[in-house]
Amino acid sequence: MTLSPTTRWLLRGAMALGLAFIYVPLVIVLLNSFNADRTFAWPPSNWTTQWWARAWESQGARDALWTSVKAGLGATAIALVLGTMVSFAVARFRFFGRDSISLLIVLPIALPGIVTGIALDSAYQTAIRPMGVEKGLFWVIVGHATFCVVVVYNNVLARLRRLGGNFEEASADLGADTFQTFRFVTFPLIRSALFAGGLLAFALSFDEIIVTTFTAGPGVQTLPIWIFNNLFRPNQAPVINVVAAVLIVVSIVPIYLAQRISSDSAAGSRL
Amino acid sequence: MSAVSTMDRSPGGASPESATAGGPVRRFASWLHRHGWVRLGVLLSAPMAWLVVAYLGSLAVLLVSSFWTVNSFTGDLVREPTLENFRTIFAEPVYRNVAIRSVGVAVAVTVIDILIALPMAFFMAKVASPRVRAWLVIAILTPLWASYLVKAYSWRVMLGNGGPVDWLLGGPGRGPGYGLPATILVLAYLWLPFMILPIYAGLDRLPNSMLEASADLGGRAGRTFRSVVLPMIVPAVIAGSIFTFSLSLGDYIAVQIVGGKTQLIGNLVYANIGTANNLPFAAALATIPVLIMVGYLAAVRRSGALDQL
Repeated sequence: MTLSPTTRWLLRGAMALGLAFIYVPLVIVLLNSFNADRTFAWPPSNWTTQWWARAWESQGARDALWTSVKAGLGATAIALVLGTMVSFAVARFRFFGRDSISLLIVLPIALPGIVTGIALDSAYQTAIRPMGVEKGLFWVIVGHATFCVVVVYNNVLARLRRLGGNFEEASADLGADTFQTFRFVTFPLIRSALFAGGLLAFALSFDEIIVTTFTAGPGVQTLPIWIFNNLFRPNQAPVINVVAAVLIVVSIVPIYLAQRISSDSAAGSRL
Repeated sequence: MSAVSTMDRSPGGASPESATAGGPVRRFASWLHRHGWVRLGVLLSAPMAWLVVAYLGSLAVLLVSSFWTVNSFTGDLVREPTLENFRTIFAEPVYRNVAIRSVGVAVAVTVIDILIALPMAFFMAKVASPRVRAWLVIAILTPLWASYLVKAYSWRVMLGNGGPVDWLLGGPGRGPGYGLPATILVLAYLWLPFMILPIYAGLDRLPNSMLEASADLGGRAGRTFRSVVLPMIVPAVIAGSIFTFSLSLGDYIAVQIVGGKTQLIGNLVYANIGTANNLPFAAALATIPVLIMVGYLAAVRRSGALDQL
């Protein structure tokens, strides 16, 4: 389509404005973490690093971070196992109900988070609590794993479909058994897809607040829950701001890793 | 086939030769290889147990419990099916207003995101050079990895009294502050990448030759956009709108952060679980977004948008 120079400049302007809309709030948070004024008056009149020092010493933030990492690792491990199993079944077999499986797996993330949250909560209240099991980290991992399966499944399934079955057949023809084929042929071929899916699963779990709210119970605080609980306390505001700034900077790491490890898999998209 | 496997498993069947040839692991592997349905069963067992029993089971419990009530004196669940909860939701104007407001917010967020995303996606797919395009895709993807809470918080800072938006508009109190407009703005901000990416992918698939053909036939840029580009990317726009709509309908966190006293369905659900301790009523309220989403998905099914998710 031949665009007039004016249209081109308008589109360029729209792109620039859109990117500004996306990035300015994040940059403001970064700048504010050095704002000496406690109420974040803008523009900052003085700069300080004392909030960073205070945040570093915040025991609550550290504990919450550690809880989040544990929950994320647990959920990612379960999602990797379950997601890989389903994707192999769907990619390598034909069976009744195969088409419904994708829908079933997408459902936990397609429905609003609060629905998944209270569904797990009501299941807990009616079925699990009578058995004497308390809410806590384990139940958080269960909740997170439920919606993390989909990202592993999507990544591994896409890879398996692209690979086809030829390598596995060749391996079998050369005398390898099922387990050897998986260990020496299939696994190395899907490793980067597993990595990308695992990374996404961890990021999803690390960021999740709604499902966590309904599954954590008292005493278990992941980082998002801790941030949310302290968000409305003026005294904690500067520390929250530093934690937010750190999370913004850290979010560049998975993008960088995903770009390096696999250029083909859906490393960026969340679904 | 089956005769071979029976021989293998029978005690006398394992001759010394076959044992040296592989051992039990290998024999188990070849037995598995010959029985595809066993492998399939093993592969599906754990995931299906998890998703069907744990997840669909939970959803079923939720659905059933929306017909229960809570004894208002003891706070115990009364497990007798009644339509009481749904009757309350339809009869009380409060709930109707909140439901309408929630849908309105979801629609506004979706429209704003389409308006922002269309020119951006068009620039990325059809104007930018391939190198710039690669960088722009990364620039759109990166904020998806930033924490949801941090992004909502960044707008709390932006819109705060005396914050950057106030400063830009000339002093404390000049900006919109917290409230319903802020909620719509922040939700549009949060879900914008979910709209840009499908539209970009749709435009990327649209062959340039079609645009050239339209130009050759005398279509100016505006006409080409209306008559060629728009009809082709409708499924992509709908795919994006499924995200923005569903995510907006279920949200109750961003509303609390920047919404002031604004209430959406999510807040009511949350309040009924937490302070009111009325799980059945919360479950009944939660069926509203589910029904809206199922209806929406069914309505757009024929457009082919679901393949672009």
